[in-house]
Amino acid sequence: MSTIWLFFVFFLRKLSGLGASASWLCSRLPGRFRSVAITVCLVVTWEVSIGGDMFRRVLGKTLGFLGYTVQYGCIAHCAFEYIGEFVACSGPSMEPTITSHDVVFSERLSRHLCRIEKGDIVIAKSPFDPHMNICKRVIGLEGDKICTSGPSDVFKTHQYVPKGHVWLEGDNLRNSTDSRSYGPVPYALIRGRVCLKLWPPHNFGALNQSPTGRIVKRSD
Amino acid sequence: MAQQAGAGRRYVRAFVSGFFVAVPVTVTVLDRFAYVARVEGASMQPSLNPEGNVTGSDVVLLNRWSVRNYQVRRGDIVSVLSPKNPQQKIIKRVIALEGDFIKTLGYKNRYLKVPDGHFWIEGDHHGHSLDSNSFGPALRTPWRARCSVKCCVWCSHGVSLGLVHGRASHIIWPPNRWQRIEPSIPPERMPLLNWHADATEDEEKD
Repeated sequence: MSTIWLFFVFFLRKLSGLGASASWLCSRLPGRFRSVAITVCLVVTWEVSIGGDMFRRVLGKTLGFLGYTVQYGCIAHCAFEYIGEFVACSGPSMEPTITSHDVVFSERLSRHLCRIEKGDIVIAKSPFDPHMNICKRVIGLEGDKICTSGPSDVFKTHQYVPKGHVWLEGDNLRNSTDSRSYGPVPYALIRGRVCLKLWPPHNFGALNQSPTGRIVKRSD
Repeated sequence: MAQQAGAGRRYVRAFVSGFFVAVPVTVTVLDRFAYVARVEGASMQPSLNPEGNVTGSDVVLLNRWSVRNYQVRRGDIVSVLSPKNPQQKIIKRVIALEGDFIKTLGYKNRYLKVPDGHFWIEGDHHGHSLDSNSFGPALRTPWRARCSVKCCVWCSHGVSLGLVHGRASHIIWPPNRWQRIEPSIPPERMPLLNWHADATEDEEKD
């Protein structure tokens, strides 16, 4: 049956080369799709030969539209991936610097060029759930000695940040799960550095320094 | 003369507009769909680089679309951003997923449960002194002791799922090694128990 259809298509007048090769390709598909695909090819070829110019123009416009969509989609991807993105924060762990439902702009260049520094607020993927993002401040970089005991403890405990990791803490120390509970975070999980607060408008601008005084000072 | 200048300007304009199409599309394809990388090092022998660097390294095709939701299976060979060096990628086999109990190989043989959001990766070649296959300059540390380096040395509780980069689906070079990479775990490294799955199986058996 499919062979008969193939011959019919092949000898159709004003047959475009595209229709013939499309039908040949369709004959290679498994049985289920074969009849559907061949019917579609026939319809398209018939339309092209009968409808002529107008169909070709519509087809050309559609393909052009698709091409532009793909191109602008790729440019948008590159912009969000390598320049910056807008982030809406939620949760109380960065108060008073960032409150819930604030919108900030996080830039990606520092992360790709490895220029994240102590005191920066970063957006990172959560180590325990890769679909969730966390927004914390960098307290220590690799090699730093972090004091992990609380202020009320008598015996101070310290921990060194391993190579390739960072120590993150929220500004609201009382209400934040951060590296004090889950340990140092690999640098590669960081997505970007928060540089600008955009919403609410009365708080527009750069972000404040750390209010906690926990940032490790390098002694050398 | 004026015609040549006009043709030159047209050429430059065509080149610039082509450039602005080609670069974003290429970058997007490499970030989202597929990535090609050369494997260096011997810690995945015999699956990858079976003869070392003598006949040339394997080049693998990494499927980035299949890991966009961080879904990996046990036995897959995946590339992961190294927790020790964020600019380096390492390629290893997935041995266990979150919730699995495994027995670690190393100087301290112990059992541990892989935490949520993490997974456990190991190289196939358990006796080799290099611990990572990398796509750039490898971490060459000849002084490193042999036994401790086969598995997750960097994190004693596994590697975070957010670091996964792509799944190695095919070997594309050299041509005599063209093949599809099938997921398989060496039987002695199977996870012992899965906290989530095996609990329900035990109940059914009873």
